[in-house]
Amino acid sequence: MHIDMVSTNPRFANGAGPTNGGETVPPLDLMFVEIPWAIALIMLPLTGGMVCFLLPSLAKLLGLVCALAILVAVGGLGWQLAENGAQRYAVGGWGAPLGIDLYADGLSLLMLVMAALVGLGVSVYSSAYFNGDKARHFWPLWLFLWAALNALFLSADIFNLYVTLELLGLAAVALVALAGGADALNAAMRYLLVSLLGSLFYLLGVALIYHSFGSVDIAVLAQRMEPSPAAWSAVGLMSTGLLLKTALFPLHFWLPAAHASAPAPVSALLSALVVKAPFYILLRLWLEIVSPTGAEPGQLLGQLLGLLGAAAVVWGGIQALRQTRLKLLIAYSTVAQLGYLFLAFPLGTSIAWKGVLYMLLSHGLAKAAMFMAAGNILRFCGHDRITDLDGVAQRLPLTLAAFSLAGVSIMGLPPSGGFVAKWLLLETSIRSGQWWWAVILILGGLLAAAYIFKVIGHAFTQAEVPSNPGAVPARMEWTALMLAFAAILLGFVAPAVFELMAIGMPVSGVAVG
Amino acid sequence: MNLTTLLPLMLVASSLVPGMIIFFLDEKQVVARISLNMAGALLKLALAGVMLWGVVHGYHYEIRLPLLPGIDLFLRAGPLAMLFVTLSATLWLVTTVYAIGYLEDSPHRSRFFGFFSLCVTATAGLALAGNLLTFLLFYELLTLATFPLIVHRGTEVARLAGRNYLIYTVGGGALLLVATVWLYTLTGTLEFTARGFLSGLDAVHHPALIVIFVLFIAGLGVKAALLPFHGWLPQAMVAPAPVSALLHAVAVVKAGAFGIVRVVYDVYGVEFAADLGVTLPLAILASATIIYGSVRALFQDDLKRRLAFSTVSQVSYIALGVAVVGPIATIGGLVHLVHQGIQKVTLFFCAGNLAETLGIHKVSEMNGVARRMPWTMTAFTIGALGMIGVPPLTGFISKWYLGMGALDAGQNWVIFILAGSSLLNAAYFLPIVYAAWFKPPPPAWPHERSFGRFETAWALLLPPMVTAALTVSLGLLASSPISPLEWARFIASREFSP
Repeated sequence: MHIDMVSTNPRFANGAGPTNGGETVPPLDLMFVEIPWAIALIMLPLTGGMVCFLLPSLAKLLGLVCALAILVAVGGLGWQLAENGAQRYAVGGWGAPLGIDLYADGLSLLMLVMAALVGLGVSVYSSAYFNGDKARHFWPLWLFLWAALNALFLSADIFNLYVTLELLGLAAVALVALAGGADALNAAMRYLLVSLLGSLFYLLGVALIYHSFGSVDIAVLAQRMEPSPAAWSAVGLMSTGLLLKTALFPLHFWLPAAHASAPAPVSALLSALVVKAPFYILLRLWLEIVSPTGAEPGQLLGQLLGLLGAAAVVWGGIQALRQTRLKLLIAYSTVAQLGYLFLAFPLGTSIAWKGVLYMLLSHGLAKAAMFMAAGNILRFCGHDRITDLDGVAQRLPLTLAAFSLAGVSIMGLPPSGGFVAKWLLLETSIRSGQWWWAVILILGGLLAAAYIFKVIGHAFTQAEVPSNPGAVPARMEWTALMLAFAAILLGFVAPAVFELMAIGMPVSGVAVG
Repeated sequence: MNLTTLLPLMLVASSLVPGMIIFFLDEKQVVARISLNMAGALLKLALAGVMLWGVVHGYHYEIRLPLLPGIDLFLRAGPLAMLFVTLSATLWLVTTVYAIGYLEDSPHRSRFFGFFSLCVTATAGLALAGNLLTFLLFYELLTLATFPLIVHRGTEVARLAGRNYLIYTVGGGALLLVATVWLYTLTGTLEFTARGFLSGLDAVHHPALIVIFVLFIAGLGVKAALLPFHGWLPQAMVAPAPVSALLHAVAVVKAGAFGIVRVVYDVYGVEFAADLGVTLPLAILASATIIYGSVRALFQDDLKRRLAFSTVSQVSYIALGVAVVGPIATIGGLVHLVHQGIQKVTLFFCAGNLAETLGIHKVSEMNGVARRMPWTMTAFTIGALGMIGVPPLTGFISKWYLGMGALDAGQNWVIFILAGSSLLNAAYFLPIVYAAWFKPPPPAWPHERSFGRFETAWALLLPPMVTAALTVSLGLLASSPISPLEWARFIASREFSP
């Protein structure tokens, strides 16, 4: 395969071009910078998945190696971006509009880093969680899902985004069904239908845009698209499809069942990664195409998204509090946390976007940790009824620590990634005079505290040892703890992350209303 | 990185690192756990001593780490910070000794001492906090670290107490967060400055500043157990005695009171706060809490509950000293931060000793107990007399300065509050002291354990003796150059225009 690095599109000229033009770069560095890491990020899990499918006996080992290699590749891509600014790759040497273009900037990098970290955690956890037949099915599906996810984060046109989104959805449905049993199959079937419906809406929008503006490339569309009925219907269709897939209230109905009935590592990657993918597409469209026009329907849509987000925060929080089963509680918590992501649409400032992206990242790590902790508890107690969690604090201290640390970030208490995000959102909503969003943020935090401490409180009570506790491998406990710890650590590295996020300036200078 | 930046960090780490290691120790590694605890406590005290010396000699200890765009994690050892740091480091050492003795043979000690260390870490951090964000961070950490200690026993009552504690403190934390963010959007800075950083703000913002002040006081008042946010404190006494000592004297309640001091002096500036008209309502609220706590204490038969309501009352002296607005009252309020801590920790240690040794939990069971446990009851008596304000004990010094300060500031009504409160203090403490020393003991104690040579285990006896001795000596030596009083005077001189 011939891969050519094409000079960046004029639209992204801001951060583009080598910054170290005059200096002599050491050869090793040069090699590291020259490798097309973006392509590697897609090819690695794709080939890995195929080999896992062909050689099931090697699947576990291969999956872990793959996860580590992806981490290295993300590091390489990050370095490239830091050195050269945003990058555009023409796969196979054919540039757009004929070939497939990949595009990487700070926003893609953020998503890829999250996928790499959570993915590594999920891989390590699964290597202890799945055995035998389940493992044989899990690894190829998971690596295919990862490939689709990485490709989605790197796609530069809206049709490619559709293809990757569809692949992602299919792999995710198959993984949910992996749990077996009537509940899981029901949830998976519902998830499949919702997923297909969402993609269909999105595809209709894409067709409409292609018909009206003659391109599917985001950068080209950003220049060509003008406010028109066709454009707005397309945006409406695409948004509806994406909102359905990202489970924004009131389109969240399918999520709790699907996320709660899946096996623990699958729940983790669904809540942490898969629902974020459609959100990412929505964000891209919004930032590149809708928001710059500054047209009124766009602002109305922004307000509507903010309102739905606020409703999700409150409704998800209340529902989480009412649950009697731990995994359902965590799933409803996801519904609530996804709501926060939409609060930046009406605010529209660059601080708000930073806050939302930080929320996305820290929720990914924290929620993965939480579902893994729930998986450990489920395996230990044989059930996940919250009122009967007596003594978990004594017998699974690492797991409870993971749950609690993740909870700190979910509640938005300092120091944690969740706190940074909440601070930025609070700051910008008070500054802009839209204080009602601040009320939602505080209320959401209090609800989160209520449902998380409900679990922790029960875990501290004294009780007899369950008659036949299941063994929880140390690897599963430690993975959950490490991911939770990473979510806490995010509270200390915000300035550095924001610097990386600003590469190619995906979110700065955007101001609506 | 040199020593002046390293010391504040080490002061925080001296309890954080041992705490983290202790979490991973096995229950049976008693020696390792005790060594780590003691080493951390001694190191913290030594570091506090070094920094105290340095601050007196004009060294600046501070460290910054970028935390949010434009706001740092900022630790700085100023005079006010050192007052609180020294207090908490000293009391942590004695409380650690006490806790080791108290929890002997009880389950889950590694977990207990891990969170115990985290609590003190949070206290050191919020003492040293150089801006509101850092303060907020450690304030919330304190909430989280205390919760497992309150529910430590794992009973249903403990779980409910823990739940109520969280409802109050998480709510308070949220108010504090709103206040902090709001203030930041108005000023663009959160750094504590002597005499405040708000007086230059446009008068348009003054109504907002008043609302923010109310939010601050509500958020901090929850931990400081100000009326009507005090409900969690009497319930939380289901926790083991060392935890009560920690809650009432070293960490939680003190953190709230300290926060009020910080907000009034180093955020608003006390003179600006008086101009805004927010200090008088605070003084009234503090006075109401003082009287209410004392009255409620009168009717408690449970010893620890009586002590808890006494804390509600006594801690508000600090807020009162702040709100009276005047250099002398400020001295009284600040010095009471230290004095109340030492006295109250003594009383809780003694209450714990009675419960552990004789199974006594109620005031009505204390007849003649001083004959069985003379040393414990001597310490208790000193603590109680200190609370009443009998000269020359520490409590007298506090009340004297508070009273003089109120007269100086022209707020004569405060004298009546002080006098009334002292009478009430006497009314709920003196009957205990009388019964313990002069009434005949019952034929048998509720649940007696024998500890050989001493009246109780030495690790339980030594801490109250030390703190009782401090109550006497700090009162006697109040005018010596190294006393808390002189230190409070030094701080007050920075906060008022000459």
